[in-house]
Amino acid sequence: MRWAWIALALALLAYPLVFTSPFYQDAGALVLLAAISASAWNVVGGYAGQISVGHAMFYGAGAYLPLLLHQHWHLPPILGVPLAIAVSLALALVVGFPTFRLQGHYFSMATLAVAELIRIVVSNWELLGAAIGLQGPAVSKNWWDLTFRSAVPYYYIFLAVLALLLYVTWHMQESRLGYYLRAIRSGERAARSLGVPVRRYKLFALMLSATFTSLAGSLYAFKTGFVDPESGLGILVSVQMIIIAALGGTGTLLGPLLGAVILVPLQTTTNTLFGGGGAGLTFIVYGGIIVLIARFEPGGLLELWHRLTAPRTRRAPAPRHAA
Amino acid sequence: MILLQVIVGGLLLGAVYALLSSGLTLIWGMMNFINFAHGEFVMIGMYVAFVIVVALGVGPGIFGLAAAIGLFILGVAIYFALIRAVMRGPMLAQILSTFGLALLLRYTAFWIFTPNFRTLPQTSLTGTINLGGILLNVAQLAAGLVAAALTLALHLLLTRTAIGSQLLAVAEDRQAAMLMGIRPDRMQALAWGLSAASAGIAGALMAISYPFSPAVGETFALTAFVVVTLGGFGSVPGALLAGLLVGLIQALSAYYFGPVYKDVIVYGLFVALLWLRPQGLLGTA
Repeated sequence: MRWAWIALALALLAYPLVFTSPFYQDAGALVLLAAISASAWNVVGGYAGQISVGHAMFYGAGAYLPLLLHQHWHLPPILGVPLAIAVSLALALVVGFPTFRLQGHYFSMATLAVAELIRIVVSNWELLGAAIGLQGPAVSKNWWDLTFRSAVPYYYIFLAVLALLLYVTWHMQESRLGYYLRAIRSGERAARSLGVPVRRYKLFALMLSATFTSLAGSLYAFKTGFVDPESGLGILVSVQMIIIAALGGTGTLLGPLLGAVILVPLQTTTNTLFGGGGAGLTFIVYGGIIVLIARFEPGGLLELWHRLTAPRTRRAPAPRHAA
Repeated sequence: MILLQVIVGGLLLGAVYALLSSGLTLIWGMMNFINFAHGEFVMIGMYVAFVIVVALGVGPGIFGLAAAIGLFILGVAIYFALIRAVMRGPMLAQILSTFGLALLLRYTAFWIFTPNFRTLPQTSLTGTINLGGILLNVAQLAAGLVAAALTLALHLLLTRTAIGSQLLAVAEDRQAAMLMGIRPDRMQALAWGLSAASAGIAGALMAISYPFSPAVGETFALTAFVVVTLGGFGSVPGALLAGLLVGLIQALSAYYFGPVYKDVIVYGLFVALLWLRPQGLLGTA
């Protein structure tokens, strides 16, 4: 098991050195970025079982604030990162505090409503560039502008953030918090009756998730140097986190990374094949995949893999979660 | 006078919101299930009306009925193909199933009908009538009245008929209902059919006087969430009252703050409601 981890880490570290073409380096960075935001979603959506369909609000806060500081006040964009995290934490409280004492559906509905509300407001707010969006530094003046021409520096920054996030998630999984969250996911009433402070831990998971989602949005803004309502706050942003996490396996440490490795190259390929018209098709395929996962394999590919590779004689019945 | 006209217009649209929301609240009350594709059912109702009018040139009576029947069949089919299975699965599967379905339906409609806004060709419901100085669009008036009547009819169906009692029995206790000789599967399929049909008719009614595109579904789904939360868990009369109220609030905020912010105000109201009164206006804590 330990060797598998070392092999994975070495493969990720060596990737841009082996694939030296800018196209593959860029694709690698995009896979890591998608893995970061999906892993962040996974903390609340997978581990705590609270399905957010509006995580774009945190991602958008992360993408907009650094570029806003740069465009309007000529401050280094990186100063916007803690600011964006603060805004995301505030949003997490606004959405999570009232809904986490209610049934799970309320949280999902509230995330969708707040994300859409923010998207409409930002699309009409001149300060935030309205429909046109915001731009980052064109050329780097200082290293802390985090503006590089090659994708390789971004690749390693994203890898470092992903490693940190996975370490935090692993730590959480092994700690009291992880056990509490699993208890909450498999039966909230039972967890509460055993004295788990359900609402507080759900809120904590959401805030952790929002922090890293916001960070993912900031990293996106640094890499592309541009954000508009569609790329920062559009529904595809939320959908992508959900589908990547659900495809790989929600509530597992490496599921989102697996999902990103499969889905992002696939998406790049279809976009190249179908050009601009591919965007609509991407949504149709995504919708179809989400429905199929929900209907046939809610545990995602990792659970399917474990079931298929488990020795036949000792195969346990498929885990049944409480409805 | 303009203000009065805005208020009446808001209430008429609110009656249509009440109809489409009562479909959502029916499923929620019966199965404790939120259908994220409900807005897409409304959108499909609009396009059923569009296709029928363009192909056959018939009036609102016919295409309204066609939208109802078409969506009833779609609702029942979705129940048997998808919902019945995910109801036994984890929460994740329940929410993702209809969320994925919403994307699938919305963007398939994009693919077939293009993202452009459409309007129905002229129907027989044209012109305005002058009611004591208030100018009312005939199509909007008819839509509002029909929607209010259908919402009441749904309420009567649930409270005054044997079918309604069977539906409520399944909602109350599935096992006990089975022991009484009721088939829960059939009843839940019926609920999905009725829910989708009410969304479909609401779509056809709105298609008469408002332009629409495949993207409108998300707005209707969110509006229905607000109405259902405001009206209280599973209550059709609550949905009627809350639908009228939301229509009114939307019309007034469009009038005072501009049309862009009418949805922002309503979604903001939703968040405020979750903080202050999640059990709805009529519910008890």
